[in-house]
Amino acid sequence: MGYVAIADRDHDIEHHDPQTFITKYIWSQDHKVIAIQYGATAIFVGLIALGLSAMMRLQLGFPDTFSFITPENYYQFITMHGMIMVIYLLTALFLGGFGNYLIPLMVGSRDMVFPYMNMLSYWVYLLSVIILIASFFVPGGATGAGWTLYPPQAIMQGTPGTEWGIVLMLASLAVFIVAFTMGGLNYVTTVLQARCRGMTLMRMPLSVWGIFMATVLGLLAFPALLVSAIMMLLDKGIHTSFFMPAISSMGADPGYTGGSPILFQHLFWFFGHPEVYIVALPAFGIVSDLLSTHARKNIFGYRMMVWAIIAIGGLSFVVWAHHMYVSGMNPYFGFFFATTTLIIAVPTALKVYNWVLTLWEGNIHLRVPMLFAIGFIFTFIHGGLTGLFLGNVTIDLPLSDTYFVVAHFHMVMGVSPILVVFGAIYHWWPKITGKMYHETLGRWHFWMTFLGTYAIYLPMHYLGFAGVPRRYFAMGNTDFLPDSAQDLNAAITISALFVAATQILFFINMIWSLTKGPKADGNPWQATSLEWQTPDTPPKHGNWGHDLPECYRWAYDYSVPGYADDFIPQNVPASVAPVGRDHGGAH
Amino acid sequence: MAFAVVLILLVVGSILFHLLSPWTFTPLASNWSMVDVTVDITLYVTGLVFVAVNLFMAYCVIRFRYKKGARATYEPENKKLEGWLTLWTSVGVVAMLTPGLFVWAQFVDVPEEAHVVEAVGQQWHWTFRYPGADGKFGEVDAERITSDNPFGMDPDDPNGQDDVLVYSPEAHIPLGKPVKFLLRSKDVLHDFAVAEFRVKMDLVPGMDTFLWLTPTVAGRFEILCEELCGIAHHTMRGAVIVEETADYDAWLAKQNTWAMNSTMVAGNAAVGGAQYAVCAACHGQQGEGLQALNAPKLAGQSAWYLKRQLQNYKSGARGAHQDDLYGKQMAPMAAMLANEAAIDNVIAHIQTLADEAPATTVEGNVANGAKEYAICAYCHGKDGLGNQALNAPRMAGMTDWYLKRQLENFQQDIRGQHPTDFYGFQMGLMARTLYGEQEIDDLIAYLNTL
Amino acid sequence: MEIGLIIVAVMLASLIGWLLKQTLNAEPWVAEAVDTIDESRYQAPFSAKPKLVALTLFLAVVTSFFALIFSAYALRMELGDWVPLTEPQLLWTNTVVLILASIAFQWTRNGASTGDIGRLRPGLAVTGLLTAAFLFGQFIAWQQLQSSGHYMTSNPSIAFFFMLTGLHALHILGGMYVWARATLRVFGGDSDVEQSITLCTIYWHFLLLVWLVMFGLMLST
Repeated sequence: MGYVAIADRDHDIEHHDPQTFITKYIWSQDHKVIAIQYGATAIFVGLIALGLSAMMRLQLGFPDTFSFITPENYYQFITMHGMIMVIYLLTALFLGGFGNYLIPLMVGSRDMVFPYMNMLSYWVYLLSVIILIASFFVPGGATGAGWTLYPPQAIMQGTPGTEWGIVLMLASLAVFIVAFTMGGLNYVTTVLQARCRGMTLMRMPLSVWGIFMATVLGLLAFPALLVSAIMMLLDKGIHTSFFMPAISSMGADPGYTGGSPILFQHLFWFFGHPEVYIVALPAFGIVSDLLSTHARKNIFGYRMMVWAIIAIGGLSFVVWAHHMYVSGMNPYFGFFFATTTLIIAVPTALKVYNWVLTLWEGNIHLRVPMLFAIGFIFTFIHGGLTGLFLGNVTIDLPLSDTYFVVAHFHMVMGVSPILVVFGAIYHWWPKITGKMYHETLGRWHFWMTFLGTYAIYLPMHYLGFAGVPRRYFAMGNTDFLPDSAQDLNAAITISALFVAATQILFFINMIWSLTKGPKADGNPWQATSLEWQTPDTPPKHGNWGHDLPECYRWAYDYSVPGYADDFIPQNVPASVAPVGRDHGGAH
Repeated sequence: MAFAVVLILLVVGSILFHLLSPWTFTPLASNWSMVDVTVDITLYVTGLVFVAVNLFMAYCVIRFRYKKGARATYEPENKKLEGWLTLWTSVGVVAMLTPGLFVWAQFVDVPEEAHVVEAVGQQWHWTFRYPGADGKFGEVDAERITSDNPFGMDPDDPNGQDDVLVYSPEAHIPLGKPVKFLLRSKDVLHDFAVAEFRVKMDLVPGMDTFLWLTPTVAGRFEILCEELCGIAHHTMRGAVIVEETADYDAWLAKQNTWAMNSTMVAGNAAVGGAQYAVCAACHGQQGEGLQALNAPKLAGQSAWYLKRQLQNYKSGARGAHQDDLYGKQMAPMAAMLANEAAIDNVIAHIQTLADEAPATTVEGNVANGAKEYAICAYCHGKDGLGNQALNAPRMAGMTDWYLKRQLENFQQDIRGQHPTDFYGFQMGLMARTLYGEQEIDDLIAYLNTL
Repeated sequence: MEIGLIIVAVMLASLIGWLLKQTLNAEPWVAEAVDTIDESRYQAPFSAKPKLVALTLFLAVVTSFFALIFSAYALRMELGDWVPLTEPQLLWTNTVVLILASIAFQWTRNGASTGDIGRLRPGLAVTGLLTAAFLFGQFIAWQQLQSSGHYMTSNPSIAFFFMLTGLHALHILGGMYVWARATLRVFGGDSDVEQSITLCTIYWHFLLLVWLVMFGLMLST
């Protein structure tokens, strides 16, 4: 029994080979099509969120200038920007997009184990997106409670969107969680059950490891968000008092008694912190593969990398309250959570070392995906190190709720994962479309994005040091800030608009590639992992033609001594090419 | 090569930016210098790692760039190297964490001798309470909050009788003495943050939170709310005045206690009527206002608002700006009201005047104005009748030319920029959401329909 | 949050423990004996069908979900305004009905796995009736509480009661959907439903366990 589960159903797959346009591209059960649907939808909402961030930067850089940005709009923009970017773009893109595309191909399977549920997952996700976007158009508009949706303010007057916006937001999240659960069960089960012959767990590429662990985190963490969404809906809809204490709102008593806003925060961050790693772990995995492939060298310390992913995943559940040091929770928790938070820095740092050591004595091709990968290391080091400030409970006292926080989390889970997303798209584009992209255009895209985002976020940390609070519609006059702080904000806005505008290069490149791009070779980077060894490019439905691949080695046999080529694909038997070395490790 | 150079330049540039940046921590004004020390330790450790790893990476990019015929080494892992890296990373983490935990232990442990000040947050302003001579706070309860009892005090609690209630976002504390701020919110989450003190803490409705510090520098320090609390979050400011103990004691002695507040006699309309004769010269016998003399309508305006404005005129918080031509006329008139009782009396009289709708003088697009007003309605109410809890005066049915002038004054910083005019400051920030005269006219045209 | 944390930690720890066992000694770059693939070493993790693995994962998700509500329950309980709820006596009857439903499903499942397909129709029918009776009983318990003036807004203990029982009932309804599909197939003459019935049985036992923990928690507070 065991791993042959999918192989056994070869004939089923032939039978279900889609014939019409509708079954092939719309109601498709092919993981690759679903991946593209997920990816395209995620990028589409991501562009909306990018537009929202441009509006918010306009207000911050040039206050009192744009009449279409009121405080109501502004808070709606920041809320929707944050929620879309974190959940509907990054989570959906890494797991629904890359997870869907890469897992079956990389583990040598024909498809996800439950293709129908996989398709359903996408359409339910699309429904959640539609509900989310609809919230802009209901009376009162979208919620402006901040992406953390903290009660009481999220459902009390004084905040935009407390009539319908918040309800739609919570409903959309609940629907998203359903979609994610359907997808997530698929990803994990496929990794566990549908690997091809010879594909041991430790022969899997790190991309699969990252996505796998991230999905496990998501499956266990998203219920916390669902619980808080349900309880808040009840508080809002029928006036229970789970999160709502007795308050006097604008001089009136809304009739709540005894609830605890802190309880919501615990539930929210019990989801919210693992969420950071739901986004980060796939990025870690993917970037490892990009680095190894383009440096023509095995990823350094593969086992350490796998264990680090597992350790980070486990630890991510015991650090959540570092978001709550100054929330008014029992201050003694600070000792525990500061310690766990700084411990998580150790496996994370090891990953960074191993990426850099992978470059050491490599043979580095600075192609576009590699530029993004190295750019990621730089921004991730920066974002990771600033996390050591905020995770350390004492330093959080002055810096919490300032621009330092905004700069930190954009560096670590905005810019860094997005660089990986672009790197990954450039890397797998030839496989997905069968076409090559424009190298020069790709380089320009990288440089403008990389340098532009650093110009946004490096200075922003310093506004945080100076004490500029986040989520301020306008700073106005203050006693303690130099006037130049506003000038710096204007400069940041200009950088942000520049970066937003340059993303057009990416789309031009993709359109150029699809229409005029040269045909891609099946394995243009001479990579070892299985997705590059498919008989067709792009892979057809069922991926592998008649026979499933068999796996004889790990995914990192680059530059193996004594073999002419500098790469040996995973499906090349040991009788054809040497397998690594007799004894592991270079001591 | 270019990539490596850029990486090196980014590292050097980041260091230079750090060294040259004028945007950095404000000068410290509390005992929490250890916070700054912890920041510095972390800065050095992380800075070292940032420089070392990135320069190493740049070196790799230069040294091991693709060369035809070159070949990467095959090195799956190196346990010894990984072991050392783990060890040194752990050492760095311990070096950063230890002082952090040490300082946090101090923060959690409030000194016994600290005196207590309660900071109360609500959308979108601060008030303060001092425990009074007995050193004990009276019981409070959100459900008891009314406009007469904004703190929700328990009238029967003996501990509360001498509690000092400060209806102003300005708290005073004595220099050099530890103070514990007890934090309480009436409605939503807020956060009490003063950049110069380094410490901050959220206010959570339904529970008490705290922070403590010992102020080490005399002066005025701005309080910001740093937890999103609604559309006017950014206008929720206050101040902590740190002063010598003698000054502090003198200030505290002048404040009203809860007992004094609850036994305060209402203004006498009959007495006030005599004093109103002076006002009537401009504002009219019925307080109906007179545009020719630039005197707005008073009848129908909320007593609390009239009182605050008269006090502001008296104290110079309003009517002192050189461009506030008509405010400058009002200031000396307000000064004629000798004391609080006189003000109360006049206002009591104004409350008896007939509230008749004034003539409209401003034309505009009502539909556009209705859209503009959405943001105003958060505080001033959908009906435009104002809300004391939000310090928002009545706007509907008042003299429209006056509203227009005041909006313009707010926008041009003629009104609302005096450091003690906190509520005016809020309105200044909000008035900036109107652009150009047309929008103001539209808004007022809409108000005239309410 | 301790309850949620501990339960999630236990689930995560068992997965991580299993993963580490798979990975700790592996040196994937080391040469294998030439082309033979050692079958014993490359067995899939569980000698189980993918659907069973997926169900197990789903039960982990639902466990996390209810554990977090129990956490919230425990936290909310300490906040002063909690008035313990006197659970309707009917819940005891409902509990017995749900236990019987589980037993009936197990009996049906044993029949399916031993080829005793004569058990399928009566077994599925009885299970369905008992489960529906449980849901109806829960509904009556709701009515009883409401008619005695216990509304969700009266006290958090009542709000939790309605929310927990409601969510539990929703999960049962989801199971009823799968039960209905299997039953339709059986009554349509298809007796190859062993896997479906096995999965349903596991799910029924699981929801019974959730109910017992939930009921116990509510009774003890």
